[in-house]
Amino acid sequence: MKKNKIYLATIFAAIIGLITIAADHIDAPAAQGTTADITDFYAFQGEDTSNLVFVANLQGLLSPSATASASFDENVLVEFNIDTNDDNVEDFVIQALPRDGKMYFFGPFTPTSTGLNSTVNESAIIGEVMITPYDAIAITSTNSAGMKFFAGPRDDPFFMDFARYGEIIAGNASGFNSPGSDTFAGTNVLSVVVEVPKSMIGSSGTINTWVEAKAKQ
Amino acid sequence: MKYTYIKYITFIFSLTFILVGCSNNNDNNDLPMGPDFSGTFMQKDQMGRPAVNTVFVSAASKDEFNVTVPSQQGAKFQSMFETNLTALSPAYANAGDKNALGLDAATFTGLLATDVLNVSLDGKTTFYDGTNVLTGRALADDVITVELLLIFGGEDFSENPSLSNDNVDANDKTFLTSFPYLASPW
Repeated sequence: MKKNKIYLATIFAAIIGLITIAADHIDAPAAQGTTADITDFYAFQGEDTSNLVFVANLQGLLSPSATASASFDENVLVEFNIDTNDDNVEDFVIQALPRDGKMYFFGPFTPTSTGLNSTVNESAIIGEVMITPYDAIAITSTNSAGMKFFAGPRDDPFFMDFARYGEIIAGNASGFNSPGSDTFAGTNVLSVVVEVPKSMIGSSGTINTWVEAKAKQ
Repeated sequence: MKYTYIKYITFIFSLTFILVGCSNNNDNNDLPMGPDFSGTFMQKDQMGRPAVNTVFVSAASKDEFNVTVPSQQGAKFQSMFETNLTALSPAYANAGDKNALGLDAATFTGLLATDVLNVSLDGKTTFYDGTNVLTGRALADDVITVELLLIFGGEDFSENPSLSNDNVDANDKTFLTSFPYLASPW
């Protein structure tokens, strides 16, 4: 039994090694396969159209059997960056950091220094939510500012015939199949979802956003 | 009078005891304390638009791209993006060749190399829906086909039809209309 598990793990690792691209799944050597590997980033208008929703997905390609034991890393900070004046430098950040079964949220606040290194701003607006366990109904929370929070395993919302794309790039196929086959079907990710009133990050116009995973030193 | 004095002294002593007790408890972590969020967190991964690092950055530079702040990505990586785009879709090398957004290789890669997601605060948020261009990224957006069309589809999305659509148009689970929007795990 144990031998089989190790064998399967080896095969899985070999397959992962072969796969080199996706939305941002396993995009680079230093990030891929780690708890700081961002797989995807979404930003869209909420059900309440006066709100904006940010989604960061991490640790992709989780099989259903691997999902229950997957967990957020307490040493990895997820930071949503928001640029309101089109210079591609963050004017606001929203931070998410897990501690003991809960995801804590800070912001949106204006960071004292921008760029590659961050510290958590504990004096910022704060929210928290229990991390939803695998197979449980989604646990969400709302803070006094009207922000909503979720953290836990979800179906990977990304879809693509990635396997066929790999064959095309490798020169083994001349085009996509029709219909294609979703390489990400049946796999899960760990999601951090935060909904924020637009009034907290600007009034109108276009913002530039991106997400970062940062590891504690 | 004397009795009151003794009571007073006793009270002070008791108070000191209590205060020392509390302080000891804090030192030993016997009482529950707030979580520790201290420390400096250093960047490992970043992402704006889908598939940018994976498609346009050469293998040896992928880690460097992840730790370059967006405001410096354009200057550092645009020419690499243009080289890789032209290798992927040679038509871009022809003079005057553009994609359906009217962007030639230099302009298109200039946009992509700064890896941020543009999001409108005023209306519909979509990667591309035929009308709105780069006003966000919704869960159901077929971003890969949009990118394939912009890479391979030429000026009117008609070129290289076998390369410009992966024919996977939707997710394998239905999204929720309410928070947290993403479907439950498998």
